[in-house]
Amino acid sequence: MDKLKILVVDDEFGIRSGVKRILEKFEVDYPFMDEAIAFEVMEAETGEIAVEMIKSDFYNIVLLDNKLPGMQGVEVLEFINSQQIDSKVIMITSYASLELAVKATKHGAIDFVPKPFTPQELRASIENITKQLFLKKMTTKLQKEGKQIRFQFLSLLSHELKSPVNAVEGYLKIIKEQKNGDKVTDYMPMIERSIERLDAMRGMILDLLDLTKIESGQAKRNPVPVDIGEVAKTCVATLNPLAIQKDVNIYLNYNTKIIYEFDVNDLEIVFNNIFSNAVKYNKNGGRVDCTIREIENNIEIIIADTGIGISNDDQAKLFNEFVRIKNKETSKIPGSGLGLSIVKKILDNYNADILLESEVNIGTNVKIILKK
Amino acid sequence: MNKNITVLIADDDFDYLFQMRFRLESAGFDVISASSQKEAEQLIEIGGFDAAVFDLMMENDDSGFVLAYKTKKAFPSIPVVLSTAVTAETGYNFENDSSWVKADLYLEKGVESERIAEELNKLLKM
Repeated sequence: MDKLKILVVDDEFGIRSGVKRILEKFEVDYPFMDEAIAFEVMEAETGEIAVEMIKSDFYNIVLLDNKLPGMQGVEVLEFINSQQIDSKVIMITSYASLELAVKATKHGAIDFVPKPFTPQELRASIENITKQLFLKKMTTKLQKEGKQIRFQFLSLLSHELKSPVNAVEGYLKIIKEQKNGDKVTDYMPMIERSIERLDAMRGMILDLLDLTKIESGQAKRNPVPVDIGEVAKTCVATLNPLAIQKDVNIYLNYNTKIIYEFDVNDLEIVFNNIFSNAVKYNKNGGRVDCTIREIENNIEIIIADTGIGISNDDQAKLFNEFVRIKNKETSKIPGSGLGLSIVKKILDNYNADILLESEVNIGTNVKIILKK
Repeated sequence: MNKNITVLIADDDFDYLFQMRFRLESAGFDVISASSQKEAEQLIEIGGFDAAVFDLMMENDDSGFVLAYKTKKAFPSIPVVLSTAVTAETGYNFENDSSWVKADLYLEKGVESERIAEELNKLLKM
């Protein structure tokens, strides 16, 4: 549990022990907070002691009596302010003169509690400040994380876009210098590779647009009851040329019409990405089996391939952006590294799960669970 | 020219590896190649090369650094070139890093790749 440290500065023993008793049993809770916030109360009898304690330790909140035997409360406040210590200060005061209030506010006190106070008044003031502190902390944290993620994404993106540009440029320079002969045919493999790299780059840009739409929530989703098997069939047809090239057969298995509310476009993106992975990373003469079935209250879509498989280490990072598993088998297969990250984001919108099982050289099973 | 000089090259981009091999072989070098950090490490253990060119980011973000270090440790006199496309986006400051990452030269991928043979010749003469 998170604990905030409070320092109560008052020369009256009764006030100090009262504050301690009230606050150490108190917790502040927000519906969206993981845990309640509790308090640890330390005491200082004089302003001088308080200043020493504040020098050596950080207190989130300082409860400060103004009228102290030596150094006055306002002076302690001035000290906190001059040292730029980020403690929130609440003044406890019996004579709430306007003059004092103005002076204290000027030096950063954020609340006043009249003396004597009821436990209720103290708790209200503390609760208020705690919530402010919590929100401030969360905002800072979220801003930091947001910036970090954006930076990582952009560096990966520029790297991934530069690689095909470099590859194509490299071929063009070799062709320009006529290093491999003086006929166009001498350069055919280089030209073909350049076209492949450019195709892959276009694919990545399209994937990026999908991803941006999904993330910004701009994609207009229009969930309607769809026949999942039918959509799968369309996607298989689209992929057939690639499958024929690789000599991979795709089989669809479902007995009855299975209907689920899904945006057709979204479902096509999901199927296309998973099917194309299952074909691209398959072996020549391999197969892909797609089974769609209802189990209890769920719909399961299982896409199993007989491909090269994914090692356990690699499986862990698979759903991140720009992740491409690099090895001998995959080095010539084009891909954006965005497909599964897109699939995951779409399925998240439908509260659906995606699970992956894979064994190197045996194949990969992808299971999607749609909850009814 | 460059008779019997063998260059070890490592890059996980198939096309880039091909182009580098092509350029180096056109310049008369013998080439052995690796398409991953792991493969390159095996080749470093075997040895038998006179210069090395490594891509920086392969399986790991610092693959090239690791390979440069291992090469220099085993063969202190062999020149090592790191080719990279990442200077701009990661802000690696190679000037400062060169005190511990033992590469002799950093080449920016794409822009400077046609200079690779020329640069290797310079380094080998030193």
